[in-house]
Amino acid sequence: MSEDDTPKVGAADTAPPPPQGAPGAKPPLSKERRLQARRRFMRTILLGGGVFGAALSGFLPVAYAQKKRLRPPGALDEKDFLASCIKCGQCVQVCPVNAIKLADLADGFGVGVPYIEAREQACDFSCDAVQCILACPTGALTYKKPAYMSVRPGAKLAEKPILLAKEKDPEPTLNLTERIGVARLTRPESCLAMQGKGFKGQARGPDFKGELRYMSVDRWRPIKVADHPYDVELCDLCVQACPIKGAISLETVFAPDGSQRKTPVVHEPCVGCGVCEMICPTEPASIEVIPGEGWRT
Amino acid sequence: MSNALKRRFVEQIKVMFGAEPQKPTLIEERAIEVHQLKRMTNKAELAAAKEAHRAREKNHKWRNIRWATLIFVNLLFVVSYHFDIQLLEGALTASRFAGFHLIDLNSALQVMLAHKHIITNLLIGTGTVLALWILLGGRTFCSWVCPYHFLAEWAEKLHLFLVQKKLVTDTPIDRRWRTVSWVIFALLALITGYTVYESISPTGIVSRALIYSGGVLAMLWVLALLVFEVFFVRRAWCRYACPIGLTYGVVGIVSPLRVKYTLQGCFHEGDCRKVCLVPHVLDTVIKGRAVDTEVPIGPDCTRCGLCVDTCPTGSLKFDIKGLSKLM
Repeated sequence: MSEDDTPKVGAADTAPPPPQGAPGAKPPLSKERRLQARRRFMRTILLGGGVFGAALSGFLPVAYAQKKRLRPPGALDEKDFLASCIKCGQCVQVCPVNAIKLADLADGFGVGVPYIEAREQACDFSCDAVQCILACPTGALTYKKPAYMSVRPGAKLAEKPILLAKEKDPEPTLNLTERIGVARLTRPESCLAMQGKGFKGQARGPDFKGELRYMSVDRWRPIKVADHPYDVELCDLCVQACPIKGAISLETVFAPDGSQRKTPVVHEPCVGCGVCEMICPTEPASIEVIPGEGWRT
Repeated sequence: MSNALKRRFVEQIKVMFGAEPQKPTLIEERAIEVHQLKRMTNKAELAAAKEAHRAREKNHKWRNIRWATLIFVNLLFVVSYHFDIQLLEGALTASRFAGFHLIDLNSALQVMLAHKHIITNLLIGTGTVLALWILLGGRTFCSWVCPYHFLAEWAEKLHLFLVQKKLVTDTPIDRRWRTVSWVIFALLALITGYTVYESISPTGIVSRALIYSGGVLAMLWVLALLVFEVFFVRRAWCRYACPIGLTYGVVGIVSPLRVKYTLQGCFHEGDCRKVCLVPHVLDTVIKGRAVDTEVPIGPDCTRCGLCVDTCPTGSLKFDIKGLSKLM
């Protein structure tokens, strides 16, 4: 079949070429053509609307203010973070303990945006230098927040946090200036220390996949929490596991009945990494990190 | 460049933004000669010549090379991550190749508009990718790299099969919609401060799903798009909606790499237009339309090479501007 320049009804990919006649003057379209054009216009409007509807559905989870996600260290404030994240997952790739995950469509504009599920795998700074920040190409994770961007109340750290693992290094700090959250003893009644109980065995059971760096085992390689059983008189797993100097300690408190109790107390250097939440042997965790929370005295 | 070609160059940019290709008003003298010669040819001889060419076996050279490239690039992302080779880290929205930042132009634009703060790495990565795709032809990204394109190609095959069985019909959409959607998504990013487009971008979603094997819900959206393309509109997303395609199309305006049409041997049978994802760029192959004896195909062309494979007379060929003169 030879293709020439005569218009064909139903040729999918071309608009009707202008009919023959005086140049410039457009003869009126046939009834059929008009109908076709109108149908095409309606389809375009309909489908265009559909695509926007799908795109704008991204607002829904934001509007409903769903559960706040714990972001990787150095993340900008939520709104700026969602705007600047390019959803490439380079932070996911560099994390040595695979703490970072990418969100799905239900998270609205957060689709493909990284978050940390601390209970499953917290950031334990095994990488020493906060690799995810170094990997981020857009500054969504950053050491140096631009001056004009607001700082959440209580997010600013008094001093750069000291990483216990490299306390003896010439540069012992994590270069962070803001915290991503704060740990809280959200269920004091279930806390083993509060009950005066010890703990023996694998902190999260034999099937738990989470990893942690134990300086006593290997300085450079995190191992499975399940491969590192504990045996303590009084449970202080959150204090033992915390990677930040001075962020948490076991303190003596007085119960309402006047008896002395021990309880984990979170201090100002807490960066909100979530290691305490991951290691807590009670189910559900007695201590949890509150994403985006600031320090309150 | 001849005057007629200059005029066509501008027209092809308009066509990319959604205008319908028009009959040329200015045709070079040498092209008119060829057009006339073709009219005078002996009909029987012409038919015989066509038959002889028809008998030639179909080849899939460029398609195979392209599929291999597309699969290789996407696999490189996957393998880099899973075996921790650190050669090509990230996803198609932004990545690092052997340490060099590479950032998808459309994604970078969305982030810049939404965030309104541009850091050096973002700028470097965008610049590198811009240079790369100016050289390689802009929309070459679509057919040679984009994983959604690959899926859509199979959906298209299925669609064409169903069309042939008369089970479905292709219902075309107005191509200007893509330009409108590009503008709206850019404005939405600027005004709302969210990278709105990224939440539905099948390129990003499929790329991340491949590499990080997550995003099940997002993949359902991609699946819905594919089903829509199979049953209703042929290649709907790539043809009528995708702002990434338009961004790269603009980059490809000045690209030296393109497909070139040679008028001389063409029988104007239109096989190329049947396989083409963007047949409006091939209007020049219609009898009497070529404005010169050699016509470069416009910037909306994805340089997929399907027409090059299909053309029985070799009238469509890949070409690098200036190189033929040099050699």
